Amino acid sequence: MLTIDSVGKTYGTGDKALTDISLTIEKGQVVGLIGPSGAGKSTLIRCINRLVEPSTGHIYLNDLDLVALDQNRLRQQRRRIGMIFQEFALVERLTVMENVLSGRLGYLPFWRTYLRRFPASDIENAYRLLDRVGLLDQADKRADALSGGQRQRVGIARALAQHPDLLLVDEPTASLDPKTSRQIMRLIVEICSDYHLPAIINIHDVPLALQFMQRIIGLRQGRVVFDGAPSELTESVLTTIYGAEDWTNMQKQHEDDLDSEADATARLGALRS
Amino acid sequence: MTSRYPTHWRKPPQILTHPVWRPIIWILAAVYLVLAIGSLEVNWVRVSEGLERGWRFVQGFLVPDFSSRWTDISIGLVESLTMTLTSTIVGILISVPIGIGAARNLSPAWMYMICRSIIAISRSLQEIIVAIFFVALFGFGPFAGFLTLSFATIGFLSKLLAEDIEDIDESQVEAIRATGAGFWQIINYAIQPQVMPRLVGLSLYRLDINFRESSVIGIVGAGGIGATLNTAIDRYEYDSAGAILIIIIMIVFAVEYSSSYIRRWLQ
Repeated sequence: MLTIDSVGKTYGTGDKALTDISLTIEKGQVVGLIGPSGAGKSTLIRCINRLVEPSTGHIYLNDLDLVALDQNRLRQQRRRIGMIFQEFALVERLTVMENVLSGRLGYLPFWRTYLRRFPASDIENAYRLLDRVGLLDQADKRADALSGGQRQRVGIARALAQHPDLLLVDEPTASLDPKTSRQIMRLIVEICSDYHLPAIINIHDVPLALQFMQRIIGLRQGRVVFDGAPSELTESVLTTIYGAEDWTNMQKQHEDDLDSEADATARLGALRS
Repeated sequence: MTSRYPTHWRKPPQILTHPVWRPIIWILAAVYLVLAIGSLEVNWVRVSEGLERGWRFVQGFLVPDFSSRWTDISIGLVESLTMTLTSTIVGILISVPIGIGAARNLSPAWMYMICRSIIAISRSLQEIIVAIFFVALFGFGPFAGFLTLSFATIGFLSKLLAEDIEDIDESQVEAIRATGAGFWQIINYAIQPQVMPRLVGLSLYRLDINFRESSVIGIVGAGGIGATLNTAIDRYEYDSAGAILIIIIMIVFAVEYSSSYIRRWLQ
């Protein structure tokens, strides 16, 4: 399905972001990419749709080398790769519907999209997707009128409107609270299994990754240091990925989150009784 | 109850903190002021003549005469307003592509250089100089004024539009690019929504600048209400000149208020 073959990326400043990354992802597989900030997670998924140009190596989507494509054929392949972003990256001043329909831009000529004359099938599908993510009644609102969780749902609908063969997901929950984070992760994973979509999900939240991913890849300083099932992700592996100190802090952070949530639930219960 | 803290505070000097330099600079400034005043040669006869003329002007202003030159005034006004509106629209139409070309985050280096050069040329020439040039080329009248104002609008709008495009949220562009959208689709979906309110605001602001400029460039022969005003002053018809000034002020007020209202409404 997707094969990454010894991909490397060195930025113009001389920073080596990725070194010799090789991976294969099967159809329908949801892969979590974990690692500390600066490990190259974002760079790696952006190399796949060439929002960042890889310096070396090849990336094959359905046996087609994405790295070798010219701009036109790259655009055609980008249509097949849906992307979901950390800060949602919705066009704030456009309506929810326009944001979802913007997933169709690569398939339509400029004048049609300029006049907002989308084919009936695209519009129908956009409404179906909005219904799927639970925002059917928000279609005509402006994107900046929605809450964080709702915006990310629009982002998901936009990616799905592309009819993608692959989903790239960059820290989908980084700007959300813990509860909404779990809802959004559950939605993404459900959708991937519904459509039998493979996905690469950058995620800094290890417990979330353990809960939802089928396979986990650990990056450290631009290299793959772990690749396996969540059950194989032991203390010692996590210490390798994050370094001892950061890993202890992250565990503590997670416990605090759980505590404060339990506390909130208890208080709510007390109020109700 | 006495507090242990001081009740008096003064802001310490931020620049020139050195205790010697501050009095030296004060003394130099005082010496310069005395010398400068001493070098003035005031011709009191001319001052009194000027005051008298100024007083007549003020009197004309206090009893403005709208009626005796009304035909000239209305022709001048219509010319000025036409010039203002057409030049603003033409200016916007030309500015948008140049502004896109002059945005570093959208254009290749060669395009950027060309568009920035056009902006630099347009901005470096003051309206009156451009007007004199166009009057020499195309003769007296509002056409020269129209060209002048269009030319000035291009420098103003393209520069500010380009800067606004450079300040946009790149993640929205990245997201639209990731869908496989083409260049113009990216402009239409990711950039236009982000810069549109400001572009409309700037265009309205330019409309109001263009009206004011249209009355100035009329004085060098580029038609409009400025030409009428110039004629009135040359004929010592200060009452008509006063009427024209009042009309200009009223129109500038009206444009100013309505444009700021529209800009607030757009946000």
